[in-house]
Amino acid sequence: MAEEILKVEHLNKFYGDWQALHDINFSINKGEVVTLLGPSGSGKSTLIRTLNGLEPFRDGKLYFHGKEIEQDQKNWQELRQKIGMVFQSYDLFPNLTVMDNILLAPVKVQGRDKEEVKKEALELLDRVELRNHADSYPRELSGGQKQRIAIVRALAMHPELMLFDEVTASLDPEMVRGVLQIIKELSDRDHMTMIIVTHEMNFAAKIADRVLFLEGGKILEETPGKQFFEKPQTSRAAEFLNSMEF
Amino acid sequence: MAHSGINVLFEGTNFARLMGGLWTAIWIAGISLVLGLVLGTILGMLRTLKSKIIRFILVLYLEFFRIVPTVVLLFLAYYILPRQFNINWPATWMAVLAFTLWVSAEFSDIVRGALESVPEHQRESGLALGLSQWQLFRYVLLPQAVRLELPATINLATRVIKTTSLLLMISIMDVINVGQQIIEANNQTYPTGVFWVYGLIFILYFIIDYPLSKWAKHLTAKQQY
Amino acid sequence: MSWTVIQQSLPNFVAGFRLTLWLSLIGIIGAIIVGIIASLVQYFKVPVLSRIFDIYVEVARNTPLLIQLFFLYYAFPVIGWKMPAETCGIIGLIFLGGAYMAEGFTGGFNGVSKTQLDGGRALGMSNLQLARYVVFPQGFALSMPALAANIIFLIKETSIFSVIAIPELTNTALDLIGMYYQSNEYLFVLVIAYAIILIPLILILNWLERRVRYGTFGD
Repeated sequence: MAEEILKVEHLNKFYGDWQALHDINFSINKGEVVTLLGPSGSGKSTLIRTLNGLEPFRDGKLYFHGKEIEQDQKNWQELRQKIGMVFQSYDLFPNLTVMDNILLAPVKVQGRDKEEVKKEALELLDRVELRNHADSYPRELSGGQKQRIAIVRALAMHPELMLFDEVTASLDPEMVRGVLQIIKELSDRDHMTMIIVTHEMNFAAKIADRVLFLEGGKILEETPGKQFFEKPQTSRAAEFLNSMEF
Repeated sequence: MAHSGINVLFEGTNFARLMGGLWTAIWIAGISLVLGLVLGTILGMLRTLKSKIIRFILVLYLEFFRIVPTVVLLFLAYYILPRQFNINWPATWMAVLAFTLWVSAEFSDIVRGALESVPEHQRESGLALGLSQWQLFRYVLLPQAVRLELPATINLATRVIKTTSLLLMISIMDVINVGQQIIEANNQTYPTGVFWVYGLIFILYFIIDYPLSKWAKHLTAKQQY
Repeated sequence: MSWTVIQQSLPNFVAGFRLTLWLSLIGIIGAIIVGIIASLVQYFKVPVLSRIFDIYVEVARNTPLLIQLFFLYYAFPVIGWKMPAETCGIIGLIFLGGAYMAEGFTGGFNGVSKTQLDGGRALGMSNLQLARYVVFPQGFALSMPALAANIIFLIKETSIFSVIAIPELTNTALDLIGMYYQSNEYLFVLVIAYAIILIPLILILNWLERRVRYGTFGD
């Protein structure tokens, strides 16, 4: 029996009068990779941001390990230590070195031993082949390097769930592969539970256990990864796949 | 000419006295800046909070100091505090108080502007790491804001230094007040002394302020590239 | 606080109010003219002149108005230039303000994007035409915030005229305090008088700033 990590029930989100998300329902089990696909403006990013408490919503419920998530600042602050997130914009703190970026939250938020976290951080940096950049400042790094560090920074918190919001969308094409490689490895080697918003269809096809296809703020279909790319259930998804270049 | 006017500067202890007066002006500026920056940082932080009442009060505070000229602020401290509240501090501390409040008002606006110009995604990624509001402020927003606000802060410092020229108005023995006394005392022997004394003070202010404003300009240019 | 005291002082304050306004007006207009000339000379790097204006701007901006006024009023007569206090005040304000205005306009002119200049050049415009049709109108709009801040600043600086006994607002208050010791009342009227000048002006300038910006850039 697979262990459920996160469940979303009847989620509705509004911006003023405009409804951005319509009755969203899904759940994700431990070790699973769920990819959110859909045309731009379909609500993928809004949805993934609500899963980390960055977007308030009007009604619906979120459960983490079967327990309902209370919608208040304090509670989200606790929970965010278990839900890591990487964004599209390079979000490293420019005032801190790479190492201090990684250490900040584990040491200050989780109160863990600095030396121990440092050792772990160096191992993680090894994995993304950036160990020699530990003392660099973000401005000295390329976009791809920054995103790899941002992933390390999130992993250093020991999250149970990782959210990736279009992490390669602002990267130069030659940088994309390295970042995706790391995410793929996280799934293959560490069996990390992940929710991924991406426009990279080849990558999504390789990594997704399940695809949620969104349009107009609704989940149009929820299909196992392989099947979605071979034979999507809805004609809208088929059109979408045809319009994307592989 | 029997006496070249420039010698008035070196007669007796005149030069040392002028430097002493300059020192008075500088330490008043220094203390007011330190206190004003601390208070201004707190007020600037408060101005980024959601509470409309706090923001409104702080805007009124800022606007008061924007409207009232600094000379008048000095007089307010100098006359009102002793008579109205029975506070009989020496004039120098009255000046420190007036300058500190003025600096804090101006600086609160600089801090607010800098905090608001830290990009939104910096705030979000801090939150996503589980930082509390205070940690976010302490480790992410404030260090970035400090870098952004540095040029404006240096410019504010140059203004405070220039404003110390008003200290003589509340009878503080600053460099100009000392200068006036020297001019009066030596009027017979050095009729052109006034030229040299004020000339020296003019140059002294320039020597202090010019490098500071150059530095601020340099930083601004660097940030814009 | 006594209202009779305030009432009796009002004629004095009205006279001071008028003088403050009048001196500010002349000073600001003069400063804007000097500022525009200096910034255009600096922008187009006119040989020799631009160097002189650079030095002027640095000297005027980095020294206090009070000492500039003392120089004009007390030191210049020694070398034979004796001027009435009001004249000294206006010259001082224009000297100081011109430098601030020049800085503001230079900031605005430098803010005009290079593509705009290239666009103008591609149309075959001369430097003078570029200045007239591209740099000046756009740069002026960009320097509006600085211009507004400088206007407010210069009006407040007229309070320093009190040190050379020009009977403007602050001097009026000081004189009255010296004569009748009613500092609360006179300082209260003084603050109100500055508020009456500055609050409407700040509102007008904010409005103007938005209009000019919108008129030039449409946003």
